[in-house]
Amino acid sequence: MTVMDDFPLMDDRPGSSGAQPIVRLRDIRKQYIMGKAGGRHEAIVVHALRGVSVDFYPGEYVAIMGASGSGKSTMLNLLGCLDRPTSGKYLLGDQDVANLSDDELSEIRSRYIGFIFQAYNLIQQYTVWENIQLPLTYQGSGTITAEDDARTSELAEMVGLAERLDHRPNQLSGGQQQRVAIARSLVNDPYIILADEATGNLDSATSAEIMAMLERLNQAGKTIIMVTHEDDIAEHARRVIRMRDGQIISDAPSERMKDAPPDVVGLGLGTGLPGAALAPV
Amino acid sequence: MGRIWRSVKLGIKSLLLHKLRSSLTILGVVFGVAAVIMMLAVGEGAARDAQEQIAQLGATNIIYRSVKPSQDAQSQKTGGRPSRVLNYGLKYEDYDRILATVPTITKALPIREIRREVRNGPHSLEARVVGTTHDYLEFNRLTIERGRFLLPSDNEHYENYCVLAAETARTLFPFENPLRQSVKIGSDYYTVVGVTKPRGSTAAIGGSLAAQEYDKDVYIPLNTCRVRFGERILSSRAGSQEAEETQLSQITLQVAKIEEVPLTAPVIEGAVKPFHEEKKDVDMVVPYDLLEQAKRQAAIFSLVLGSIAAISLIVGGIGIMNIMLATVTERTREIGIRRALGAKRRDITQQFLIETVVLSGIGGMIGVGIGVFVPPLITQFSEIKAVVTPESVILSFGVSVLVGIVAGLYPANRAAKMDPIEALRHE
Repeated sequence: MTVMDDFPLMDDRPGSSGAQPIVRLRDIRKQYIMGKAGGRHEAIVVHALRGVSVDFYPGEYVAIMGASGSGKSTMLNLLGCLDRPTSGKYLLGDQDVANLSDDELSEIRSRYIGFIFQAYNLIQQYTVWENIQLPLTYQGSGTITAEDDARTSELAEMVGLAERLDHRPNQLSGGQQQRVAIARSLVNDPYIILADEATGNLDSATSAEIMAMLERLNQAGKTIIMVTHEDDIAEHARRVIRMRDGQIISDAPSERMKDAPPDVVGLGLGTGLPGAALAPV
Repeated sequence: MGRIWRSVKLGIKSLLLHKLRSSLTILGVVFGVAAVIMMLAVGEGAARDAQEQIAQLGATNIIYRSVKPSQDAQSQKTGGRPSRVLNYGLKYEDYDRILATVPTITKALPIREIRREVRNGPHSLEARVVGTTHDYLEFNRLTIERGRFLLPSDNEHYENYCVLAAETARTLFPFENPLRQSVKIGSDYYTVVGVTKPRGSTAAIGGSLAAQEYDKDVYIPLNTCRVRFGERILSSRAGSQEAEETQLSQITLQVAKIEEVPLTAPVIEGAVKPFHEEKKDVDMVVPYDLLEQAKRQAAIFSLVLGSIAAISLIVGGIGIMNIMLATVTERTREIGIRRALGAKRRDITQQFLIETVVLSGIGGMIGVGIGVFVPPLITQFSEIKAVVTPESVILSFGVSVLVGIVAGLYPANRAAKMDPIEALRHE
């Protein structure tokens, strides 16, 4: 008896034949209590998510859209294991993470999740190099191996900042800072990369540059889930989920994928190996 | 280990972000630690001074001294009028009785002191003439520079021999070798058989024992002293003649081991006190007791001084806590980022604790540097003796680190308890 038994595969999705979803959400609900009950005030219960069920497959590139208050941020926090659902099940890989302790969630974040934030969120007093390595210090023993160093150099090279390893964030442009953040999100080789309005603070040229980088990552097999409210940014994804009032109102291939064969949209493609499926595209 | 070192390095980076703030915080600890070390050094210096002086009396010794009774005691005895001849002090029979009744005594030294002019031709000085035996040398830790000290045979044969202390010898014989020369003490001539090396004087202790200078002494055999000077001494004072009659000025007794002192002292007291109850003309000094007392006083002294200084260390700690609380609030977002990237609560606690301990540790080290460097200067440029002990250094540094941990604990916990999502949203 494994936790998997609670999760019958949703085989009705196009292209999902045989591939294991990397993330499975089942009837996820989340409610916050605003203010305190008592006296003349009644506690206000905010239903941020009202029963969300969705699967994400390895190698997918998903945009979650919605107006503010639609629950997309809550969704991202839950996906990123920053928060626990009030009820429902969340399977990351083959691990049920809905009811883990705070420490266990931290461990999951440090190993399987990569974050890219709107405000870059680099540590100001650290160099580029130290910022990229930050997630590694929170893994297991926290020691940095020669292998980690090699990987750090490689990532810095990839995001085009190999020359600026000893720079501080305040010596870099916004685009450069976001590239450091991307390198940082990749250093632990995560299952999924969560991007929260990753281009929200950037001009359009730099945005394009960042989006191109995410596109390349996805083509290399990385699973990316991004939250955005801009349609043209969402168009970079292959699948777009729209939310309203804490529920998913639509889940479809993005405009540019409309004409693509369903197995390319859905990804997974039966191999179960991120990236391998994308080679022919 | 590597991980901690890395955290320390990164912690220093965070502290360098606010150089002025960090250095001011460190300064609070520096003053605290330096103050503790210096205060304890002054306390220790005072304690050592006192203990050295007492130790010079010999911790295994028990000293009985003749004390001139006060006018009050004299009048009581004679019914209102002071007697013409003042008879007081230790007697030879006291000496014999002590030796007969107290078995733990290994050595006993009777001493008779008289002030007399000592003369060699034109050179003279007012010296303390000490009638004693051969043991005096050892009891008072004197060493011989030339010739020899008094021998038991000198005493037995009532020899007119004398030994001069360093300064006496220099005054009386500025250019010659004093050995085998004769000096006039009172009305008799004595042959110099030896000269002692200079020895520092002992300070007065608690009023019960006057300061002793050894360098202006002349030592003669006790028996010689007894027959030449007698027991009655006449002196003119304020126009009237006064006579004093004393047999011994002091009896110094020695036991084999320091542990026997507290047991022997009451026995000796029992042998002497009943015979001097009325006049109160003797006084017992037990250097061991004084030593214990001095140690207790020194401990209290150090405790008081140390506590005062510790307050400044605590103030320094409050400074650290204050700054760390501000820092935690200011770096809420950073905490959120770290949590999102996988930092556990204890990682956050550890990070802030390391930062505070680095702050207090650096402050502690600088404080130790100042605390160790300054006391020798105090000793050099003032009368105050200051001795830095390794214990005080370890103690104050340890306390500073401890203060850092205690001061850091609350802010670090507050940082760790933050909700990552709230923290990320902060600003």
